[in-house]
Amino acid sequence: MMPRMTRVTPSASPATEMFSRIVTSGLIAGAAAGLIAALLQLWFVQPVLLHAELYESGQLTHFGAETVSAHQNLGPFEWSRNMLSVLFTMMVYAGYGLMLVALMAVTEVQGNTVSARQGLLWGLAGFVTMQLAPAFGLAPEVPGVAAADVQLRAIWWLGTAVATGLALWLIVFGKGWAAWGAAIILIIAPHLIGAPQPDSYAGPVPPELAAEFAGRSLGVGAMAWTLLGLLSGWLWQREAQGAPVPQAA
Amino acid sequence: MTAKTMTTSSAAGARSVLLPAIAAFAIGFGLIFVSGLVQAETLHDAAHDTRHAVGFPCH
Repeated sequence: MMPRMTRVTPSASPATEMFSRIVTSGLIAGAAAGLIAALLQLWFVQPVLLHAELYESGQLTHFGAETVSAHQNLGPFEWSRNMLSVLFTMMVYAGYGLMLVALMAVTEVQGNTVSARQGLLWGLAGFVTMQLAPAFGLAPEVPGVAAADVQLRAIWWLGTAVATGLALWLIVFGKGWAAWGAAIILIIAPHLIGAPQPDSYAGPVPPELAAEFAGRSLGVGAMAWTLLGLLSGWLWQREAQGAPVPQAA
Repeated sequence: MTAKTMTTSSAAGARSVLLPAIAAFAIGFGLIFVSGLVQAETLHDAAHDTRHAVGFPCH
């Protein structure tokens, strides 16, 4: 009770102080989880992607005249390409981290305590919101699979993430059946509407590779998101406890 | 008296959290939008592998 009251004291904690606390926790947690995600992707996901690109580019043909070996030479490690991927994966997770910690901060004013253990649940919810729910309609695509128009897919993807995130929020923080009922509708609606699908299955990539890619993409996402939640919760709590009472300069 | 002070402080606390939280949330979304969803060609090529690996719709 006592520490919470000091923390919430408004005059000592102006909006800029709060902003820098959110950004610090979110960016550090996001960059760290993003780096781990990027390394996991390089090790587990990228070989499947490169393998699929051999079919996408036509160097290999699935069900062609001759049987193609499942073991291909994927070429040397491409530094500039892979470093760009590390950079962008860290950017994506930094974005996730900022959004996650911003939401944590909002719930804390309403009396919710955020800790590392709670952070794990936040991370799982984030994974469901940003990866699992969209993947239910649009499985993570390996290059070369047939797919509908990219704009339509992006709109459905974003709409599904927003609806699912809102639904999970209502389940956790909503009170009463009106909120929970709305949550159920929000979770199911995008999938009843249905994701944009291709007109024909004309992709040249073997289904074995596409399935492996989807599984690995989701698996790495689950690992990185739980780590992101854990780190975000831990850093946020640490920032909140260690935050010195700011002095007017 | 005490109750009144607490209500005022938590209302002010909510205000001092809401704006920074919205700003941080928007920046976070901006990062994801730029690295994940913008279809400009250079950006798409640079972020290509990441977009596939995190399950964004790519091309």
